[in-house]
Formats: sequence, structure tokens, C-alpha cells
Amino acid sequence: MASEAQGVETGGLEFHPMDQFNIESLFGGPIAWYTPTNAALWMGLAILAVIGLMVLTTTKRSVVPSRGQSVAELAYGFVYKMVEDVSGKDGVVYFPYIMTLFMFIVCANFLGLIPMSFTTTSHFAVTVVLAMAVFLTVTVLGFVKNGTKFLGLFWVSSAPLALRPILAIIEVISYFVRPVSHSIRLAGNVMAGHAVIKVFAGFAAIAVVSPIAIAGIVAMYALEILVSFIQAYVFTILTCVYLKDALHPSH
Amino acid sequence: MATDTHSAAEASGPGMPQLDFSTWGNQIFWLVITLVVIYLILSRVALPRIASVLAERQGTITNDIAAAEDLKAKAQEAEAAYDKALIDARAEAGRIVAETKAGIQADLDKAIATADTKIAAKAAEGEKVIAEIRAGALDNVKVVAKDTAKEIVAAMGGKADAKSITAAVTARMKG
Repeated sequence: MASEAQGVETGGLEFHPMDQFNIESLFGGPIAWYTPTNAALWMGLAILAVIGLMVLTTTKRSVVPSRGQSVAELAYGFVYKMVEDVSGKDGVVYFPYIMTLFMFIVCANFLGLIPMSFTTTSHFAVTVVLAMAVFLTVTVLGFVKNGTKFLGLFWVSSAPLALRPILAIIEVISYFVRPVSHSIRLAGNVMAGHAVIKVFAGFAAIAVVSPIAIAGIVAMYALEILVSFIQAYVFTILTCVYLKDALHPSH
Repeated sequence: MATDTHSAAEASGPGMPQLDFSTWGNQIFWLVITLVVIYLILSRVALPRIASVLAERQGTITNDIAAAEDLKAKAQEAEAAYDKALIDARAEAGRIVAETKAGIQADLDKAIATADTKIAAKAAEGEKVIAEIRAGALDNVKVVAKDTAKEIVAAMGGKADAKSITAAVTARMKG
């Protein structure tokens, strides 16, 4: 979606590492809230990827799984075990929601690694919505399940009494910083990696350094594959941790 | 392709498209749709299906293990039965051997007894014959003695009457 550094003829390199993140209308025209954009397209492709990974591979329901089915089962077992281990047995009820988050993030991240694609998870609009959804759900859930006892989350009863008010302030601040760090971590990681790849690509326009630049792109790409999975994992496991806090607020 | 808002954003320099809040509404709208669709797909189709497959596999594995344990128990039973049959067969063989030995012994005893009686009969017969022969020999001796005595008496010149000679021989023979 972005133009490479094509400014060599103007005397210097011109980088547009952020152009790949531009939101563009697919069929032209201004962008209203309902306009199909490249973001919408790649979110739709993420849906198709989820269908392909989780539904089409498991149509046979074979007891001895095929390759695709075992990947689907692996994803299922991975997230299920994470929810069960981190949030506890009563967190398993929320497994489909967490699975939805994980599958969307992991598919969007990996689709974003396709050259010329658009990475939906590199946008704060997306990650902030995801993080706020988790934050609001978890907070409401905490009060509904535990009532005012949920505030015990901020009252560190194991600390000396004099320290508790100070710790409570810190706890409250850290609680409200959660959605910020939760969202910026994901978008920041994805965006930074993609931007760095673009910068390397810009340098590749110079013949002398192009081998190094291409090696750099390859290395960054490998790192981005790692980051794509790890950030999805981190986002999911933090969701599980927050969910655990809501279900069992005592320290 | 770039829209007016975009060209404006791009013209303002290398800013971050992420902070162009004019596109947030659009992204959030499509994101919510995407999440709802993925949630429905997962919760209605994919997750129950995978859960059932995993449960079925777990069931199959449990059943197979149970069946294997069953077969193992059966094999052990069969082995015990085989051992028992072996012991029984050994005992039976011992019994048959003892029986046969006893039978042979009985036959042998019978045969020996028969042989003994036969031998005894033959011995008695032989003794009888010997006794007869002996008795015959005594008579002959008497006759010979009488004749010899008569002849001796005649040779001596006497006239011996048979009666007295017989009496004398008999007396001598008794003595």
C-alpha cells in the first residue's frame, strides 16, 4: 500500500515507512464510518483465515487428526489451557471470548506479514477497542461477581497498615493504566516492526548497501513472525490475568 | 486512491496514520463486526466441534486402555488355566503310570503263583514216581534175596523150604 523510497532521483532518500498504515477507501471517495476500507478488507480476510483454520480443517471431525485439524486443536488447547491455568476453573466460561481475541489478533498479525498487505492490529483504533473491551468487561464482571469486595484488589492486606493507602493509590493508577499498556503494547510492537522493515526497504534502493538492507529485511521479517505470535499470546494471557483479578480479587 | 482527508494528512508531513482520528469510527465499526462474526463462528461452530472431537478422542483412548486391560486380564486367566491344565495332565499321567505299574505287578504276581503251583504239582508227581520206583526196588530186592538165599541153601546141600526162607529174608530185611 505504500510507495517505496523512490526519491533517489531527487538527490536523497525519501522514506515513507508509515504510508503502509494509511487507511484508504477501497472504491474511492471519502471515508465515512461505514465505508469499506483496506482495514475492513483485511479484517474480513482475518475472518476467512479464522474460518479456514478452525472450521474447514475440522469438518471431518476425525479422531486421528489431519495436519490442519491438529493445528486447530493445538490453538484450542493452547488458549483453553491458558484460560484454565491463569484464570482458574471458573474462568473457562469466558473461553470463547478470549479465544475470539486470540484468533483475531494472531490472524491479523500474520496476514499483516504478507507483503503489500495491511496490518489491522497496527492501528490504535483497533487495539484500544480490544483493550477497552477487556478492561470494561473485566471491571463490570469484578463488581457484579464480588460487589464491593472487588475493591479489595486495591487494598493490599498483606502490607503494613501505614503503607496500604499509598499502595492503594499505586494499585488504582496501575489498574487504569492497564488498557493503555495493553493496547499500545500490541499496536506499538506490530507498527514498529513493519516500519523498520520499510526503512530497510528504502535503503535497499542504494545498490551498495542493498545486500545488507535485504539481509536486514529478512532478519526483521523473522523477528516479526515471532512478534506476531508473541504479542497475540501476551495480549491473551494478560486478558486472562485481568479476568483472574476480576474473579478472585483478593491478593 | 487517496482521499481528500488523506492527501491533507500526507501533506502535513510524515505523521502517524494511527493518530488520524477521522478514520477511527470506520475502523471501530468494522472491527466490531469482525469480532462479532469471529465470536459467532467460534462459539457456534468451531469450538463445540473441536471440544467434541477432543472428548471423543479422550473417550476412545480411555476405552482402548480399558479394552487392553481387559485383554490382559483374559490373557492372564488363560495362562492360569493353561498352567492348571498342565498340572492336571501331569497328575493324570502319574496316576496312569501308577495304575499300569500296579496292573503289571498284579499280572506278574498271578503268573508267578500259577507257575509255583505248576512247579509244586510237577514236584509231587516226580516224588510219587520216585517213591514207586523205590518201592519196586525193595520188592525186587526181596525177590532177589529169597532166590539168592534158596540158591545158597541148595548149594550148601540143604533143602530149604520156601516158607522159612521167606520168613528169614523178611526178618533180615526188617533188621
